[in-house]
Amino acid sequence: MRIKNFTSVILFFLAIITPLIIVSLAMRKPADNNHKLEYLRMQYSQTHQPGVDHSKMEILQQDFQNPHEITAACLSCHTERGHELLQSSHFKWEREEYIPGRGVVYIGKKNLLNNFCTGVQSNEGSCMKCHAGYGWSDKSFDFENEYNIDCIICHDHTGTYAKANGGAGYPVMGDDGPDFKAILGSVGLPKSDNCGTCHFMGGGGNNVKHGDLEIAMLTAGQDVDVHMGVDGLNMNCIACHTAENHQMKGKYYGTSSSNIDRLSCDECHGETPHKKSILNEHTIKVACQTCHIPVYAKVNSTKMYWDWSTATRKKDGKGFEVLDDEGNITYASIKGDFVWQKNVQPEYAWFNGTADHHLLTDRVDTAQAFLKINTLFGEYKDTESKIIPIKTHRGRQPYDTENLTLIQTKLWDKEKGKGALWVDLEWEQAIEEGMAYVDLPYSGKHDFIPTEMYLPINHMVSPAHEAVSCKECHTRENGRLASLTDFYMPGRDRNELLDFAGRMLLILSFAGIVVHAFIRIMASRKTKTV
Amino acid sequence: MKKTKKVYVYQGFERFWHWNQALLIILLALTGFEIHSSYTLFGFETAVSIHNKAAWALIILIVFAIFWHFTTGEWKQYIPTTKNLQAQVEFYLFGIFRNAPHPTKKTLISKLNPLQRLVYLGLKILFIPVMVVSGLVYMFYRYPQGDSMEITNIESLELVAVIHTFGAFMLMAFVIVHLYLITTGQTLTSNLKAMITGWEELEDEEEDDPKNNETIKSEEA
Repeated sequence: MRIKNFTSVILFFLAIITPLIIVSLAMRKPADNNHKLEYLRMQYSQTHQPGVDHSKMEILQQDFQNPHEITAACLSCHTERGHELLQSSHFKWEREEYIPGRGVVYIGKKNLLNNFCTGVQSNEGSCMKCHAGYGWSDKSFDFENEYNIDCIICHDHTGTYAKANGGAGYPVMGDDGPDFKAILGSVGLPKSDNCGTCHFMGGGGNNVKHGDLEIAMLTAGQDVDVHMGVDGLNMNCIACHTAENHQMKGKYYGTSSSNIDRLSCDECHGETPHKKSILNEHTIKVACQTCHIPVYAKVNSTKMYWDWSTATRKKDGKGFEVLDDEGNITYASIKGDFVWQKNVQPEYAWFNGTADHHLLTDRVDTAQAFLKINTLFGEYKDTESKIIPIKTHRGRQPYDTENLTLIQTKLWDKEKGKGALWVDLEWEQAIEEGMAYVDLPYSGKHDFIPTEMYLPINHMVSPAHEAVSCKECHTRENGRLASLTDFYMPGRDRNELLDFAGRMLLILSFAGIVVHAFIRIMASRKTKTV
Repeated sequence: MKKTKKVYVYQGFERFWHWNQALLIILLALTGFEIHSSYTLFGFETAVSIHNKAAWALIILIVFAIFWHFTTGEWKQYIPTTKNLQAQVEFYLFGIFRNAPHPTKKTLISKLNPLQRLVYLGLKILFIPVMVVSGLVYMFYRYPQGDSMEITNIESLELVAVIHTFGAFMLMAFVIVHLYLITTGQTLTSNLKAMITGWEELEDEEEDDPKNNETIKSEEA
């Protein structure tokens, strides 16, 4: 009997201990043995050693009179690169794209509108400060001429090369210009500040457009961008954005449409980089960026809203600007009202790598609450789609109320009286000039329509320990993914009726036993007293 | 008072199975309803991890229990009967308050009263299989067309989740009532003691087959 009782007790405790073991197994931390990351760090720490010292090249030591001669000097050795550049999107600002519902279209920065400074057409003289070429001042620009390529803007290592304001892509030359001998003697692979000259400053200022690409990334630590952090690997842009024959990897869906040449994290990290299988499982439907970029615009603010309708106001007959405490322009007569934000939590969207764009010839549907400047395709049921973080940039743009098209406004000109909005501060003539330039009719009546533009967020990846936690999405109310309602997510979704019925069942069961127990106690007292 | 006799009612494995199953189900419920966002206890990630591991532990336990039930013939305990069913219901509703005797005699070859037979059979062939199957589909669900396993190639998790949640509520209701009914044995604690030690004082009515008890007792000893 004693032995029997003893074994019984042992069994009883075993039964309790087994689940405890499960709990402790579940809560233990996995060993830190991420060899893959170590390997990547090693691989990246091997720096590129240039095989040529350009300062020893006689042809580069001339006194160049115009920048086309510089390009000719470059191409005299790099004989095939000119042809490559002519095919690249950095030069063409246009791609052949297939868009479902449209077929093949030729679109890009060359002819699309965005939600910031709108479009480049009729404004080339100013916008082409960011073109990898010389002299694109109007439609007559020769896209087939290799000598129109600007090599230095991407390959300068001195940080002194700069294109002139309103110079249609030409640099400042002569006595006011930089030391071209020094520049040409030290050219090399693009550094982050080369890319940043345009990609940080897009939309007319630092971090205006993207929110996750800005000048602070050149000096910030890993807390801002774990890859580019100067206290970490200090990676540069081309470490990920590799190029084959000047065709860069990576897409910006403000202008791109197709799921090709996309850059993704798993090229280095693999598709299942986590130690925990449940996290790897998420990668089927959730892009890395969704969890690993909890906030963007971590250092400087980014523009979230741009209302063109308030532009052209004057003070004492002149345009003016209003600044906020941080020095951000919140109103400019030439551009309208802005809203800036810092440390922004992204919005989220399903995305399969394909997108559509509102073309200048597309009709405006005024019945919609807002007009989509671009449309990111994707949904839960689409196997190619993943949830990605996006910056939604909202605004108000002018449209033709009779012809129902968006408007290409002429914003810039060298001279007064040519109808440029930024110079003359008058809408009507600016619209007429702009629309005439793109050969589209203008009825003479315009108004402003709410617009939205969707910019995928890919940079400012945070260190792993700052990744979005489970509960930020798997939560009943106000989770990060609250707006994506085309699927069932544990912890967020439930069947309200079932939950109510289930709760009632448990309450009634408990109430039932309480009442039963109460009657039993009363009854037993009675029998005892009797 | 009738003559009673100490009988070894619940064998070692049976008790091991019972208590493990009880704790695993409670653990699964605690973590499951946390995943359902009913409350915060372990933290979401830990809750999911415990839930998945406990689910496998329970499945392994169930496999052993099924083997045990068939090799020992104990599965026959769950053959449903209508005999005394009404009397048993009436006992719980009225008789128990008057200190009336249990309408069904607990014996070694018939440990369960007709109400227990019905409920436990329902658990074994309906609720637990539904929870295991819906739980496995939940676990191996890999999003629309994202997996080569056809059964998991379903368009939405919603139906699976709703079935799993429904089962969870039913099991919890069972646990609540079951815990209370422990106290309705011969004495308040006799059922609990029996399930812990294996031994219970039963009314001595096994005169027709006295060997039965003796053999098992001697084996265990």
